[in-house]
Amino acid sequence: MSKFRLSRQTSQRIAFALISLAALVVVAPIFFIVGYIVYEGASAISWEFLTAYPYNGMKSGGLLPAIVGTLWLTAGTAIVAVPIGIGAAIYLSEYAKDNTLTRAIRVAIINLAGIPSVVYGLFGLGLFVIFLNFGTSILAGSLTLGIMTLPVIISTAEEALRAVPQSFRLVSVSLGGTHWQTIRRVVLPQALPGIITGVILGLERAAGETAPILFTVAAFFLPRLPKSVFDQTMALPYHLYVISTQVPGMPVQIQYGTALVLLIFVLSMNVIATLIRNHYRKQRFW
Amino acid sequence: MAGDVKIRIEDFGLRYSDGTESLHDITLDVYANQINVFFGPSGGGKSTLLRAMNRLNDLTDVVQQTGRILLDGEDVSRPTYDVVRLRRRVGIVFARPVVLPMSIYRNITYGLELAGVRDRETLDAAVTRSLQQSALWDEVHDRLGEPAHALSGGQQQRLCLARVLALQPEVILLDEPTSGLDPISTAKIEATMQELKSDYTFVIVPHSVQQAARVADWAAFFLQGELIEHGVGRDMFLKPKNTKTEDYITGRFG
Repeated sequence: MSKFRLSRQTSQRIAFALISLAALVVVAPIFFIVGYIVYEGASAISWEFLTAYPYNGMKSGGLLPAIVGTLWLTAGTAIVAVPIGIGAAIYLSEYAKDNTLTRAIRVAIINLAGIPSVVYGLFGLGLFVIFLNFGTSILAGSLTLGIMTLPVIISTAEEALRAVPQSFRLVSVSLGGTHWQTIRRVVLPQALPGIITGVILGLERAAGETAPILFTVAAFFLPRLPKSVFDQTMALPYHLYVISTQVPGMPVQIQYGTALVLLIFVLSMNVIATLIRNHYRKQRFW
Repeated sequence: MAGDVKIRIEDFGLRYSDGTESLHDITLDVYANQINVFFGPSGGGKSTLLRAMNRLNDLTDVVQQTGRILLDGEDVSRPTYDVVRLRRRVGIVFARPVVLPMSIYRNITYGLELAGVRDRETLDAAVTRSLQQSALWDEVHDRLGEPAHALSGGQQQRLCLARVLALQPEVILLDEPTSGLDPISTAKIEATMQELKSDYTFVIVPHSVQQAARVADWAAFFLQGELIEHGVGRDMFLKPKNTKTEDYITGRFG
């Protein structure tokens, strides 16, 4: 053995150290980002901050219209994307044969996931706001966010459906179940936790997006709550963008406070998704 | 001892989409209220033939099918036949016990619920009857609401049999039902067949020659997709007509 070569133990230790470092590098930013935003923004959080309208050029008051607007948009996105996404996943997993059409659908989904969010925004403006004449509205914004969320929901739901053992399907069919009965009574209930997790993660991404709502729904300053899906609304991500770049003399505390509220909203969805997954994983036995 | 023919298999052949021929020109009668055994080395097409009898091959990649399968004289292999109805008349127990992710009770009522049975008393009665028939009642009657996967392998396989019995089919197919089981569970399943054959027609692919000899009223020996010999079980295992059958039974190949 050449004297320049490291011993096996040493090279193992070096490899292990590098791999651990890579893992740490992944974890460090999330702690740093969350910690910094909490540190800078926590003092802005108050009951008024969450429940009051902004005033004095948004330098005073609270976030109520932006919080309510983001809730509307998240719900709207869910209504648009969940039925279509789960339906498409069921089709792909349970019905589709491996043919040209199926492959085309899969390519379309992959490409849909790769489109930059600002392009979705422009597309939403062209199709929903102008061509379909929905105007700058929650409807247009939800449709735009919904389309953007579809690939996430479809791919996680399809994965969850495929993870259900084939033997369950065979047993159900052998007991006189139709294809649909089998899907509805055996496959879907087993895949549901995975599907819910995917849905929440998809919606979480939609809730935090700025670009798709920029041209389709978001209002710069609108100190009232939306009354219908045809209204414009403020929304947290866009509001954060506005007060960070468009309003001179905005107190840093309010900016970080807003970021903290958005972060809590999104991270709590993440936690819910994780809890659901863990809860059902314990009950699963295959 | 030939009784009524329950299922008539006529010139039946089957080929998968990858080109392999699984069954070649099988003609065979399955007798009512008998234990009909299909035996032979693995890869002989026995399971494929079982699954053709309740059309589970529809789910796999079968490209070419020839011949007919008649159940009480009716061609059930034609594409337009109602497979859901067929599968309620011809039930199957698989080699590996697969219980559905539900309670013991719901596992048994699953098939009935699919068929639209909602009446609680009917369901309760079916559960009791089929668990008693499959010799599982004494072990589980006080915990029907528990998840079925908590049962042992042998209990799970008897639950799979009970699940089929709940539908009161006419024919029960068993595809190596005891291959993973201990001798006691195996004996219970064999005893169940003997007790119930006055009401049902059994077709079993046994997991060993010994089991074939133990249970066969009628036996059919399959080798590489061909039917080599078919006859009364007792006669075949004492005095096989074909030398290939004899070589297999006596353990000269396997």
